[in-house]
Amino acid sequence: MTQPAGPRAATTSPTTPPTLPGIDPRGPRVGAAITAVLLAVVVVLGVAADTWTAALVLLVVVALGFALGVARGVQGTWQGWVFTTVVRPRLAAPAELEDPRPPRFAQLVGLVVTAVGVVLGLAGVAAAVPVAAGAAFVAAALNAAVGLCLGCELYLLGKRRR
Amino acid sequence: MPQVLALVVLLTVTTAVGLWWRARQGRVRAARPAAAAAAALPGLVEDWAAAGVPLGARATFVQFSAAVCSPCRATARVLGALVAEEDDVVHHELDVDEHLGLVGRHRVLATPTVLLLGPDGAELARARGAMNPAQAREALALAPALP
Repeated sequence: MTQPAGPRAATTSPTTPPTLPGIDPRGPRVGAAITAVLLAVVVVLGVAADTWTAALVLLVVVALGFALGVARGVQGTWQGWVFTTVVRPRLAAPAELEDPRPPRFAQLVGLVVTAVGVVLGLAGVAAAVPVAAGAAFVAAALNAAVGLCLGCELYLLGKRRR
Repeated sequence: MPQVLALVVLLTVTTAVGLWWRARQGRVRAARPAAAAAAALPGLVEDWAAAGVPLGARATFVQFSAAVCSPCRATARVLGALVAEEDDVVHHELDVDEHLGLVGRHRVLATPTVLLLGPDGAELARARGAMNPAQAREALALAPALP
């Protein structure tokens, strides 16, 4: 069965089709930076009683953005629109395009975390709003700053538990 | 002011997590000799062949990848370039969805995870997260060159 591995043995790669409909890889990271700033504002507003309602409203706005990202892909969010209309025209063409599925998975994780914060906040658990926003901030900020890939870290954990 | 404290805690935690995460990306961990000896059981070559992984004469990079993993593509390019210039070393990329049994048996927790196998199919080293060319060469150095 073992084939002789001769010189120039090729890589086998069933997971990476040669042509993928790609997106500019900088788009999701710019979007994540915008989202991270909003989530930091939610945390700051959410820890004080007099601004807590504003924090909840802003967290709903962020959660709706994640819902758009899950439904249409990260390029279909308002942050994606900001990137393509404001940021991208000022940049050179990207060196390579990226598969849209990994950032879309990250949008789903963001939606779950922020939605839990909104639901618990509405149910009277005031601390849930800044805590959920803080957790989502860590992921969004690290995505923007160092390219943290949530699909890499979380997808398999869900699969293995099943 | 609770707002300032919350922001400081948030940024400190984020920075710490980011530094920790980045430092372990692609770090090569050699298999402990005892574990490698225990893993060097007869039948491993056939096991890997059954999974569609014929082993290289010197070493084999087995990369576990997923569709939701963008650094998997970069890692596949790095390993593909390395095996193209090394005789007797091969690289196979496996989709985790199609190989959940291997994922469980080899304790793969995240993608990309790269196992370096010897000619007998035993694990020599592994790395989790995106690998750069220097890390790929560092891993390969753990596989003895053929005489």
